[in-house]
Amino acid sequence: MTNSTTPLPRLYPGMNLGETDPDTHEAAEELVFGFWVFLMSDAVLFALLFAVYETMVNSTAGGPGAAQLFHLKPTLIETLVLLASSFTFGMASLIMKFKQHVVLLQIALIGTLILGVSFLGFEISDFAKLTRQGAVPQLSGFLSSFYVLVSTHFLHVLSGCIWILVMLIQLSVFGLDETVKTRLLRLGIFWHFLDIVWIFIFTFVYLLGLL
Amino acid sequence: MNLGRELRKYVIGMVMALTLTGIAFALTIWNYWPVRTRFIIIIACAILQLLVHFRYFLHIDLEKSHRDDLQLILFSAFIIALMVGGMLWVIFNLNMRMM
Amino acid sequence: MISNSYWNPWFGKLTLNAIPTDSLVAMGAASIAVLGAVGTIVLITVFGKWRYLWSEWATSVDHKRIGIMYVVLSLVMLSRAVIEAIVIRLQQAVSVNHSGFLAPEHFGQLFTTHGTIMIFFMIMPFLTGLINYVVPLQIGARDVAFPVLNSISLFLTAAGAFLIMASLVLAPFSTGGWTGYPPFTGIEFNPGVGVNYWIWSVSLASIGSTLTGINLIVTIYKKRAPGMRLMFMPLFTWTSLCVAIMMIFAMPPLTVATALLALDRYLGMHFFTSGAGGNMMNYINLFWEFGHPEVYIIVLPAFGVFSEVFATFSAKALYGYTSLIVATMAIAVLSFTVWVHHFFTMGQSANINAAFGIATMLIGIPTGVKIYDWMLTMYRGRVRFTSPLLWAIAFLVTFVIGGLTGILLSVPPIDFMVHNTTFLIAHFHNVIIPGSLFGMIAGYQYWFPKAFGYRLDERWGRIAFVCWTAGFYLAFMPLYVLGLKGMPRRSVETFQSSFEPWLLVAAVGSLLIAGGLISLGIQLYVSIRQRDRARVAAGDPWDGRNLEWSTSAPPPEYNFAVLPHIEGRYPFYQMKKLGHAYPQQKTYQPIKMPKNSGLGPTIGVASAALCFGLVWYIWWLAIVGTAVIIAAIIVRSFNRNTMRVISVEDIEHTEARWHAILAAAVPVSRDQENVPANVGLAEFMS
Ligand code: HEM
Ligand SMILES: [Cu+2]
Repeated sequence: MTNSTTPLPRLYPGMNLGETDPDTHEAAEELVFGFWVFLMSDAVLFALLFAVYETMVNSTAGGPGAAQLFHLKPTLIETLVLLASSFTFGMASLIMKFKQHVVLLQIALIGTLILGVSFLGFEISDFAKLTRQGAVPQLSGFLSSFYVLVSTHFLHVLSGCIWILVMLIQLSVFGLDETVKTRLLRLGIFWHFLDIVWIFIFTFVYLLGLL
Repeated sequence: MNLGRELRKYVIGMVMALTLTGIAFALTIWNYWPVRTRFIIIIACAILQLLVHFRYFLHIDLEKSHRDDLQLILFSAFIIALMVGGMLWVIFNLNMRMM
Repeated sequence: MISNSYWNPWFGKLTLNAIPTDSLVAMGAASIAVLGAVGTIVLITVFGKWRYLWSEWATSVDHKRIGIMYVVLSLVMLSRAVIEAIVIRLQQAVSVNHSGFLAPEHFGQLFTTHGTIMIFFMIMPFLTGLINYVVPLQIGARDVAFPVLNSISLFLTAAGAFLIMASLVLAPFSTGGWTGYPPFTGIEFNPGVGVNYWIWSVSLASIGSTLTGINLIVTIYKKRAPGMRLMFMPLFTWTSLCVAIMMIFAMPPLTVATALLALDRYLGMHFFTSGAGGNMMNYINLFWEFGHPEVYIIVLPAFGVFSEVFATFSAKALYGYTSLIVATMAIAVLSFTVWVHHFFTMGQSANINAAFGIATMLIGIPTGVKIYDWMLTMYRGRVRFTSPLLWAIAFLVTFVIGGLTGILLSVPPIDFMVHNTTFLIAHFHNVIIPGSLFGMIAGYQYWFPKAFGYRLDERWGRIAFVCWTAGFYLAFMPLYVLGLKGMPRRSVETFQSSFEPWLLVAAVGSLLIAGGLISLGIQLYVSIRQRDRARVAAGDPWDGRNLEWSTSAPPPEYNFAVLPHIEGRYPFYQMKKLGHAYPQQKTYQPIKMPKNSGLGPTIGVASAALCFGLVWYIWWLAIVGTAVIIAAIIVRSFNRNTMRVISVEDIEHTEARWHAILAAAVPVSRDQENVPANVGLAEFMS
């Protein structure tokens, strides 16, 4: 199967392991493809939440709107933190592929986890600030849709963090076996996917809201 | 593909993503251009950044060997366009008629 | 009724008052539910079958067993929903200028549960079950791509069904119809728990279907036997693929709609409320972005079944294989472009209505292509009127009528006239019953011998067929007339004496349908009793053309001892033609299969607890349910011992037994399809 002259076929989205671990590469095909199908379904879910948000931007019912509530600075920080975590996850994937070194990999994952958790922390403090101003989701259709869109992303990142945690433990218990690797491949595309969703949140919710 | 080349991909992706993010954020406060222009550029930045993430972080490209997921992405994009586009068309129209 | 503010930390809003003692009919239903549950438990205990059920069925991840469990669930739910339909029919028949025997609240629950069950817990499990059973066999695979996920999907659906059943005893259910439109279903106008039941049961079903869709897509894309190209796949597999793709895209709008409705109700948000910027039209739009694709999700698998049935019982290859596939894909895509026809009257501009009306009419084209393809498949074929084909023919005629009234409804001005009348009820039953339910029944009759190793009784099959078809026409044709006369749907009481005769006819029709359902039950009973005279262990009772018929009946758990090599369409037919339909293998390889797993039942029970807790505001139960789900998934992820190996000896033994049956079998001609001589070996006819 592995032939050094012909390039290995890419079998699935995200990091492919063909060059360094052909067996896992093949085992991963169905698993990662299946996870990708799930992400497409999830993408539709997010798209619809965005659409609902767009239809409700002006439904402030006399309450505050986007321009009064949002601030550029925390959004920028959150954006950079999440982008950085995408990059560290990329490093983790490279370590998994080329170095196969458990401890290094764990360090990269812990870095990602810290960034992920700080992202969540910034969001919580954002929400807390809004709540203190009285801008709670019960106030208007606009705020309901804002909170639900952003916290759906929040919940996804939270599950991503729990998943990273579980994988850290599994790395210690099992080392880099085939199952752990295919799971990290899926976790990787999940993490990058969440960053993509965030691009649209900061663009459509925050930037265009403040424009 | 070796480590150096793959690493370079992530770095390129990161730089491009940072640039696009920077442009989008800057345009929000930089008000020498009319809102409409900035609006369009910001959305364009988001779409470009989406493509950058796809290309450099998710390693999706137009290569022949993995068409299944590419087809799936395109079909998903199509369905999303239908659903979101249709929804906005209908609801905005209703809003307008209720003014 | 108790005051709405009552809440207790242990039982939430649940009190003994939830038992519907005030109504005789409701008490009857509750007792049947309780007796049914208790009776089942007692019977299982008396016969000592708990261990067997747990280890052979509940924890099984074999796609065949999961498929069968889906169908069993669906038949149970079908019985309940048909009974409810009859009660609705009887109420409407006696309630012209009279209040009838049902209170409006109760009547509202009946049409809501009937619709919800029929769509989410009858037809969806039925088609998922058939697909689960048949598709891996048709593509030459040993199981679906993710067997444990498959079991999780099943138990999520079952948990939803459990909630609906529980609502009989711990009432009430929603009165908001299967569509659950706010603001009626919002907390302001519906402070009780009924709508909660609806939201959570539907959400469970919706998540289950999304997971099924993912599983099927990967199965069909990645697990086909070597050599099987997409354009070699049987039509049923093709329609399943399209349906799976539709599931992953059509379920999210429903999930979003019900989730946002839940947030409105539980957290006081304002998505669909009538104040504070809420917009209920968003709900209607979201619901139908799911709802319309959904009707094609339930119709396409039936189209797949009919394609198999017409070809097999005409002993011909399908006419227009490629055109059938193109038509299927066209329908699948178009079905995402027409949802607005469900709310032409909402007030959007005429241009929008026109666009969606035209898109709707376009669906008639690929559907028409299919109808002609099926008719031409029968043309000059060696047609046998065995039960599956009877259902198929009834479908062909009846579905066209339903389709034509659909074209009428797609014209916005006409829709304005009959919107919300029984004309619509007549139309959609006219497409769904023949177009989906008849297809499922045909599939059940067609593949039953494969799954259980013996044929179903043909005589009772025909009686059931006659009752269902005649009952259908009697029950639903009058509704067209009533709709044109202006009778609103969901009416508990009407005040037009001229409605009465039509309603009486419709009531008689529904009783006839009940006769049909009972006949299906008798058929099953009789067939089990007489199974020794109808065994088809050799595996090919109908002279089938696709791979599922190339195995024994029932198939071994690994399906294929050696994965077949596919060289074209209708692989089994090709093998029979070349005279090597049943190759004797010299050596076998051990086969790796997934081990049983308790994860599915665990998640099912935990999510039932979670949702029951949410319905009644029993927070601790909801939290425990959530915690168990998360913990179960994480614990499972540490399990590295998930596969087991079937040894070569076991395979040799199983295969040898089957080959002995084959050797002893006498091939029968197609005239002897329904006589005991048919042991599942078909005489070859070119
Ligand atoms: C088996 C024979 C059936 C009978 C006699 C029957 C009868 C009825 C009746 C009387 C209604 C209420 C009509 C009204 O609102 O005035 C109804 C509604 C409905 N039925 Fe059926 N039905 C049958 C089968 C089915 C099947 C197979 C499905 C779907 C797979 C189905 C789905 C529905 C739905 C979705 C509604 C609308 C419920 C609502 O108003 O929210 N029915 N049916
Ligand atoms: Cu429709």
